[in-house]
Amino acid sequence: MATSSASQARLAWSLLAAGGAVVAVALGAAHYMEVHGHVVTGMNNQVVWGLPHVFAIFLIVAASGALNVASIGSVFGEKAYKPFAPLSVLLTVALLAGGLMVLVLDLGRPERLVVAATHYNFRSIFAWNMILYNGLFALCAVYLWTLAERRFAAAAKPAGLAAFAWRIILTTGTGSIFGFLVARQAYASGVIAPLFIALSLAWGLAVFQLAQAGFARLSGSAMDAALQARVRRLLGIFLVAALYFVVVHHLTNLYWARQAALERFLLVDGAPYPAVFWLGYVVAGTVVPVALVFHPKLAGPRATNAAAALAVLGALAFLYVFIIGGQAFPLEIFPGYEASSSFGDGRVDRYSPSLPELLLGLGGLAAAFVIALAGARALPILPRDEGPVAPAPKPAA
Amino acid sequence: MNPVDKRRRDFLGQAAVAAGAMIAPGVFLYDYAKAAAPATPPAGPPATSGPVSAKVRWGMLIDTTKCASGCRECVDACNRENGLPGTTRPTDSQWIRKVDLKDLRSGATLSAPVMCQHCAEPPCVDVCPTGASFKRADGIVLVDRHTCIGCRYCMMACPYKARSFVHEPTTGQKTEVPRGKGCVEACTLCVQRVDRGGRPACAESCEAAGHGAILFGDLNDPQSEISKRIRSVATTQLRADLRTDNGVRYQGL
Repeated sequence: MATSSASQARLAWSLLAAGGAVVAVALGAAHYMEVHGHVVTGMNNQVVWGLPHVFAIFLIVAASGALNVASIGSVFGEKAYKPFAPLSVLLTVALLAGGLMVLVLDLGRPERLVVAATHYNFRSIFAWNMILYNGLFALCAVYLWTLAERRFAAAAKPAGLAAFAWRIILTTGTGSIFGFLVARQAYASGVIAPLFIALSLAWGLAVFQLAQAGFARLSGSAMDAALQARVRRLLGIFLVAALYFVVVHHLTNLYWARQAALERFLLVDGAPYPAVFWLGYVVAGTVVPVALVFHPKLAGPRATNAAAALAVLGALAFLYVFIIGGQAFPLEIFPGYEASSSFGDGRVDRYSPSLPELLLGLGGLAAAFVIALAGARALPILPRDEGPVAPAPKPAA
Repeated sequence: MNPVDKRRRDFLGQAAVAAGAMIAPGVFLYDYAKAAAPATPPAGPPATSGPVSAKVRWGMLIDTTKCASGCRECVDACNRENGLPGTTRPTDSQWIRKVDLKDLRSGATLSAPVMCQHCAEPPCVDVCPTGASFKRADGIVLVDRHTCIGCRYCMMACPYKARSFVHEPTTGQKTEVPRGKGCVEACTLCVQRVDRGGRPACAESCEAAGHGAILFGDLNDPQSEISKRIRSVATTQLRADLRTDNGVRYQGL
């Protein structure tokens, strides 16, 4: 037992070091971007948000959804999920921190973060989001405390309810960053807020599944088969729900004559976006994982993990098309005219991401990984610590 | 002690030492920078005018029938006045650009300069998280270079693609036109000239070139030439459906 514990500790430290190394490389990439300016990225004056935002939005949206399991336990009273609630809350904190790290380090002036904290424009949904992100950190800390400290067990339900409500509002806010862009054909839509909530449920649960499977290997405490089956089905349902909102969004655009060219670009001939959308998001990110979780012959932890991993890849594919494809298509400033200029009017932008951008984005994932792993080692997070089996006997010393 | 607790304590202790080692140099540098900074900012040029008033609303009328295709006088004048390099890579700043247009039904062609439209309801100002994007009382929309964090949300929100992000270190800056890497910038309506009673460089150069396609003036003054022209000829605002009420209007579009 002692050897196994020591080898687990060694493995955990190695993983932490590896994650830390990726974060360090990402910080180096961000420093390079800051010294040379964004000219070393693929971003420009037309595609102003690039690959870092794909990773950042993924992490932030998944963060909100990672609270699923805790909510099902605390808010909806499903006892079976409760042992996994602390891990669910920890993942929310880790993913959110990773996403915000990428978002902040991509700023033109990241050193002015204090300005963002002291100057608020309350008409800006972006400013509201900053409050919502910080509020979620605070609520998660309180919630985690109520879950870990038995004296506060009675407060876990209200704390869980508050965190649940907060993250629904938060993801509405994240979706509305795009939904409120009235001038942008690819975004201006109220359906983006519920779409983001559906996406968050799917992506967050996918990340939770992968994390819980990973920690089970590290700590030797696996989720029981009945609960695993419920998580698996839930993942499938969430993926289908998200696809439904994606379809509604595109159908709405297709119905408007002036959006037809944009939809054609995104779905048919605007390479590489249609391929990334259909193969990356629809097939690999939705159809295959849904088949994996619902096919009776495939039921098993391996299929579930594969489905979750595919859902994460599909998430990145979806956001690549949504964020970058949506900007690459030219703004329609002169309806009824064909426009051209030295500033890219009327022309599709050819964005190609650069290495520093990619490294920064991967650094966000690594930061989330490091925080989750360190948190699980330092705090009573995993079911073994909090589990229903029996309190650990005091060693005789 | 419970072995799990001991493990946790060891981990937390090691983590605290690592965090301290990472933060300490930054704290030292911050104190050093504060001590080294001059006590008072260097003196700038004296203020040239009083406070800005909402009694005026600056605007421009662009007559596309007079704007010559291929002419770049306004663009060059803007670059000279504001210290812009004038290069046109996708990452370069272009505060004003000439857009060539072809009517999809009739095939008629025309040309027009496009710059910040100085909206009465500017989406860039609404979305800016720090309030760095702001509208002066006289209708000029500007970016405060001290509070812009470079998030580019204003560029996402602008319906006219009027803003540029400074993608690399700047050279050849003009004293009156601060620019800086990592901030968003756009046409200021040559605020440094307007505040001295002048008019934007583009309007001046267009007239000097004999076109007179850009008319600058006070939209609030019914006796101004721009107000009289707007009353007498049909003009449009770009993306009027968005109701941003642009200060820049177009004739012949």
